[in-house]
Amino acid sequence: MKHKISKANMVIGTLILVFSIFCILPMLLTFMVSITEEESIRQFGYRFIPNKISFYAYQLIFHQDSSVMRAYAVTIITTAVGTTLAATITFMAAYLVHNKEVRYRNHMALYFFITMIFSAGIVPWYLMCRALGLTDSFFALIIPSLLFSPFNMFLVRNYMNAIPDSLRESARVDGAGDLIILFQIYAPLCTSVIATIVFFYGLSYWNNWFSAVMLIDNPRMYPLQYILMRLQSQMNMVVEMQRTYGRTL
Amino acid sequence: MMKNGGHLSKKNKKKRGFIHDIRTNAVSYLMGFPAILYALVFGYLTYPYMIIAFQKFSYRTGIFGSEFVGFKNFEFFFKSSQVYTITFNTIKLNLLFIIFTTLVALLLALGFNELRNKKFIRMNQAAIMFPNYLSWVVVSYMIYSLFSTNYGLINQTLILIGAKPIVWYNNADYWPAILTIMRVWKRAGIDSIIYMATIAGIDDSFIEAAKLDGANRRQICRHITLPLLVPTVSIMTLLAIGSIMYGDFGMIYAIVGDNGVLLRTTDVIDTYMFRALRRLGDPSSAMAIGLIQSLIGFIMVFGSNALARKLNPDAALY
Repeated sequence: MKHKISKANMVIGTLILVFSIFCILPMLLTFMVSITEEESIRQFGYRFIPNKISFYAYQLIFHQDSSVMRAYAVTIITTAVGTTLAATITFMAAYLVHNKEVRYRNHMALYFFITMIFSAGIVPWYLMCRALGLTDSFFALIIPSLLFSPFNMFLVRNYMNAIPDSLRESARVDGAGDLIILFQIYAPLCTSVIATIVFFYGLSYWNNWFSAVMLIDNPRMYPLQYILMRLQSQMNMVVEMQRTYGRTL
Repeated sequence: MMKNGGHLSKKNKKKRGFIHDIRTNAVSYLMGFPAILYALVFGYLTYPYMIIAFQKFSYRTGIFGSEFVGFKNFEFFFKSSQVYTITFNTIKLNLLFIIFTTLVALLLALGFNELRNKKFIRMNQAAIMFPNYLSWVVVSYMIYSLFSTNYGLINQTLILIGAKPIVWYNNADYWPAILTIMRVWKRAGIDSIIYMATIAGIDDSFIEAAKLDGANRRQICRHITLPLLVPTVSIMTLLAIGSIMYGDFGMIYAIVGDNGVLLRTTDVIDTYMFRALRRLGDPSSAMAIGLIQSLIGFIMVFGSNALARKLNPDAALY
């Protein structure tokens, strides 16, 4: 019996291991390609084990071509500023819809919820951004679409709801205002959920290129992901052209 | 007297209601203000813009100065054959994504549930969650290194085993499958974590009782774990079905880009809208499509939820 179970587990474990390996391998391949010498790519194609290692690609990115470095700067600044702002705004809004002293908190929650379930789509969003002049600037990368997500706010609120009311009430008795309650009592208790939303916002700012593709025309303001995306589509175009006009280009 | 007093105070409450609340909880409201403003500007104030679906909108004259044209934008859209292609593609791709991601995620979660080696579990969980944190742009590079015609790993392998290499980027038929695989690759891991959390939350006494009754592991899995997973699975599926009309622009545009050859099978409503908006500079027809999309999306959310409530009240979202 025991032997049989472990055999089944072996099969399951192997399958899961295979899946895990497939999750990592493509990234590894991409990395290996990045350190393969160009000539050997031309000869043998993309391979896991490069014939000849060369860090030329990295030299190219980090020295001669400043556009990638610039894009890094843009992305790092937007991510840092955006995440800080977004997390703060979300945290404060969560307190409004959580605070039991606010009689209209559920109305406010509904107010946010409606914008969450009913979105007008990208066209009105785009026109609104244009109307506000949110194009070709850091504001365009930080403010639209990412600054505040009701979903994250409800996440924080649900977490806050688990904090006993007596805590807030006793602080109130001691003369604490809402600011003190939120930032000195709630914030330390909400560290884990704050970390979660910081992670969510950080990841979406870092990976965001939608705002760039919609709102940024100035190449000096391109974030990293958008530069990568343009490089990729240019690469595809070259390949397509090669196919159309013969192999030698 | 009593009654009258009660009535009065109630009336007073109502009259002074919201403004009074803002005054007494000024700091709370003030702290919520940035979010309220944000939801107003990027939520409520964007709704009026939907009217441009019925206008011949021009940026110069704006929403108030543009000429109304009735349903002309819709007519144009419905007359072109593209509407059927992109709607069909959107639904087909999303269905493929939902079905396969859920299936693989469930299998992974059930598989992990059977394993006992903590270290092995943690290592593999880290590995399967990893793709979720990559952006689609980075994933598109991987896809390129796998499927590139001349240098790609897959074509290299095909040559190695003596098969003919395939020009992947030139044949639209392969791409629904490739997109689905990449979607599963990216999302199944993180979804399985959610299912694993649900499994971890199952009361041990159920399983103990089943074991006492002589159930083997397969029976426990079939008759206890799976049924208790149903609400979570259906909530996840409902959420996904609710947005079945919304193509994943971030994914498809990052991978396919402006490659016109692949549009036949990969062009979804959102990429079409993007082209109308940014490449053709025609916000009105983009909005018309968006309106149809929102409408059907709305019906889908409530429809699927009502259906779920009917089948299993626990499984409904709201």
